[in-house]
Amino acid sequence: MVTWPAFRRALLFPPLSAWIGIIVVAAYILVAVLGPFLSPHGETEIVGAAYQPWGGPFVLGTDNLGRDMLTRLIYGARNTTGLAVVIAAIAFVIGCFPALLAATLGGWIDQVLGRFVDVVMSIPALIFAMLFLSFFGNTIPVLIVVIAILEATRVFRVARSVAKTIVVLDYVEAARLRGEGLLWITCREILPNALPPLIAEFGLRFCFVVLLISSLSFLGLGIQPPRADLGSMVRDNATLISFGSVLPLLPAAAIGLLVVAMNMIVDWISDLASRSKR
Amino acid sequence: MTDQRQPTQWAKGEALLKIRGLRIEGWTRASGWTAIVKGIDLDLARGEVLGLVGESGAGKSMTGLAAMGYARDGCRISGGAISFDGIDLMASTEAIRRALRGLRIAYVAQSAIASFNPAHRLIEQYAEAPVGRRLRTRTEAYADAIDLFGRMRLPKADTIGFRYPHQVSGGELQRAMTAMAMATRPDLIIFDEPTTALDVTTQIEVLSAIKNIIKQFNTAAIFISHDLAVVAQMVDRVMVLREGQLIEHADTKAILSAPQAEYTKSLWAVRDRHKPEVRADAGERPLLSANNLTAGYIRGELVLRDVSIEIMKGRTVAVVGESGSGKSTAARVITGLLPPFGGEITFNGSVLPPQLKQRSREQRRRIQMLYQSAETALNPRQLIRQILGRPLKLHLGLVGREANSRVVELLDMVELLPSIADRYPSELSGGQKRRVGIAMALAAEPDLIICDEITSGLDQLVAERILKLLLSRQQQYGFSYLFITHDLGTVDAIADEVVVMFQGRIVEHGSKSKIMTTPVHKYTKLLLSSVPRMDPGWLDGVLKDRLAISSDA
Repeated sequence: MVTWPAFRRALLFPPLSAWIGIIVVAAYILVAVLGPFLSPHGETEIVGAAYQPWGGPFVLGTDNLGRDMLTRLIYGARNTTGLAVVIAAIAFVIGCFPALLAATLGGWIDQVLGRFVDVVMSIPALIFAMLFLSFFGNTIPVLIVVIAILEATRVFRVARSVAKTIVVLDYVEAARLRGEGLLWITCREILPNALPPLIAEFGLRFCFVVLLISSLSFLGLGIQPPRADLGSMVRDNATLISFGSVLPLLPAAAIGLLVVAMNMIVDWISDLASRSKR
Repeated sequence: MTDQRQPTQWAKGEALLKIRGLRIEGWTRASGWTAIVKGIDLDLARGEVLGLVGESGAGKSMTGLAAMGYARDGCRISGGAISFDGIDLMASTEAIRRALRGLRIAYVAQSAIASFNPAHRLIEQYAEAPVGRRLRTRTEAYADAIDLFGRMRLPKADTIGFRYPHQVSGGELQRAMTAMAMATRPDLIIFDEPTTALDVTTQIEVLSAIKNIIKQFNTAAIFISHDLAVVAQMVDRVMVLREGQLIEHADTKAILSAPQAEYTKSLWAVRDRHKPEVRADAGERPLLSANNLTAGYIRGELVLRDVSIEIMKGRTVAVVGESGSGKSTAARVITGLLPPFGGEITFNGSVLPPQLKQRSREQRRRIQMLYQSAETALNPRQLIRQILGRPLKLHLGLVGREANSRVVELLDMVELLPSIADRYPSELSGGQKRRVGIAMALAAEPDLIICDEITSGLDQLVAERILKLLLSRQQQYGFSYLFITHDLGTVDAIADEVVVMFQGRIVEHGSKSKIMTTPVHKYTKLLLSSVPRMDPGWLDGVLKDRLAISSDA
């Protein structure tokens, strides 16, 4: 694996594709943070007739209820991205630490955690999420917990395999010989060295969370109206497709652009992380 | 087999390879193109064997590869002339150079296992070059392979070719690789450290097979090695390189008996280091005694059988044996990482609990371990200051300014500058990392340091300095070493007592002088006689002796 100083140095020189990804993702973050100040209208404010065309008072027209499309897009991006960051972060915490424990301790703990994760992973994520959301009610906290647990199983797999390759190294054994506790070994010896591939994995998980939230919202189980959300916006305006309007494609494109941009960054970082030492 | 080739006689032979003013540069992001090989001249006649000797980074491999007109990734041949059998390699096209490689010039790499394709049988890979170049049909190539495998003295030569690479041993694979290089009957073979990764007892077989076959086919060869004693057996002439420059160039005999350059002399001197042994006083109680240890990784499969070792205070016990003999397992049992199936360990008069977890902090502090690989023994994400500071805090309770000043002292004890403290391990050289590892062990102020093959990955001169350092710290603080190694030269330099292990058992133990001069067990004898000597007639002599013994039997 790449040495840490080299990894850090390489992070300062992203290639062109990564630059594009960084700029796009940064724009999304900016829009998400400054959303209320940037948008011309309120999130749920009905400002005109339904399906008003582009131009005129509304730059991108209005949606099926007469709300400003640009405003909805800004808020949709804000809600989806914000929720995805929170979920990915939680998934990381609840995926990483059991993974580090499993890799460090091995034995039956490793087996039990591993088999549990296998069971969860064997059920298709979308069906699993739909099941739990309809059971516990589709509120935001339930949405966060359900998707975080689902994604945590994927994080667990990656983190465990990375940690397994580090656990066998001499410096970890030396720490054991020294009499270090479990917390020190996992957090100070293993975690920092597993970081480069895990950072890349975080980006990837973020992408999948965005897609999953959008799919659920499209199906009516995710973020609930009247809150703006990219997935439900596609559904609300889907009928327009048959009239030759590009309107429903805008939220879809917003999802696609974010995911592709994030993937450009992920590709670059995972390439750095796996690059052989020079 | 007593013929000594006369270099002068071969020099009259037809010139095969001629290199003039060879310059090779390597690219690094930090400093751009920098010179690696700085103007080397090299001549080779048909049937002649030339040795390239030097430390790593001397440009040996680069020079060898340049004989094929080849430069590694990120390197370029920036100047000079290379002519092979009248063909100007620098001026010719890549197509012409590629036609020469594998057909008239062959290359044998250090790691045979990495050079073979694991998905194909040996003989298929053998046939690839002669069939592909339309020299032979597949049937002819197979017959030829069996003939050459026999000449390389591979066991079961008629069937071994139908095995996959992982089904034969490292030594056999290296011989198969040499046979494969011979498949197209090249004019020149480049051997790049062909036996470095092998045990001494295997090395001797491979060396004699290589020597035999290049003589049979009158092939010219360039033999690259950092081990002078090995080179001395194989070559007619030696070129000593250092930092891309030629230091000395002479006939093998001349350079062995009377080296001219200071650097060459220092390389030679490394060979005869010797530590006078300290004898045990009668009735002295051992610091550590391991009694009748049996251990293994899976129940029912014993790696250690009934192993007993005693280590006296301030003394060094060397454990020797080939890979797989259980040396490192013994170390793991003593440190408590691997609880034994049976037997017990007493340390300082009291019994050590078998499990690491059951041992007290004090017991853990007193036994320290140095790992084989200095690379993986240091956490790459911690500064040297943090790496050394942690055992200080844990074992001695030192923090803050006290710890910082102790870190500087520790670095000084291993002859490193204080500025090293604020670097990451990846910013240090191999020798420096090794020293930091030693400082880490010293930080705990131990009674016993277990050293597992700690000099095997280092250049001879660097290894020599590390051994010197270990000896002087021992004299200063009086701790003991358990020194695991397969290199008997190292044993001579550091040990007081020697334990010889073979297949998980101790076959012989005693004082160094006794083991080295009057070995009893036949494995010890084999081991001792397999260590290359700085005498060009050594290999032939040993083989003659062994032949005589086997024909008697």
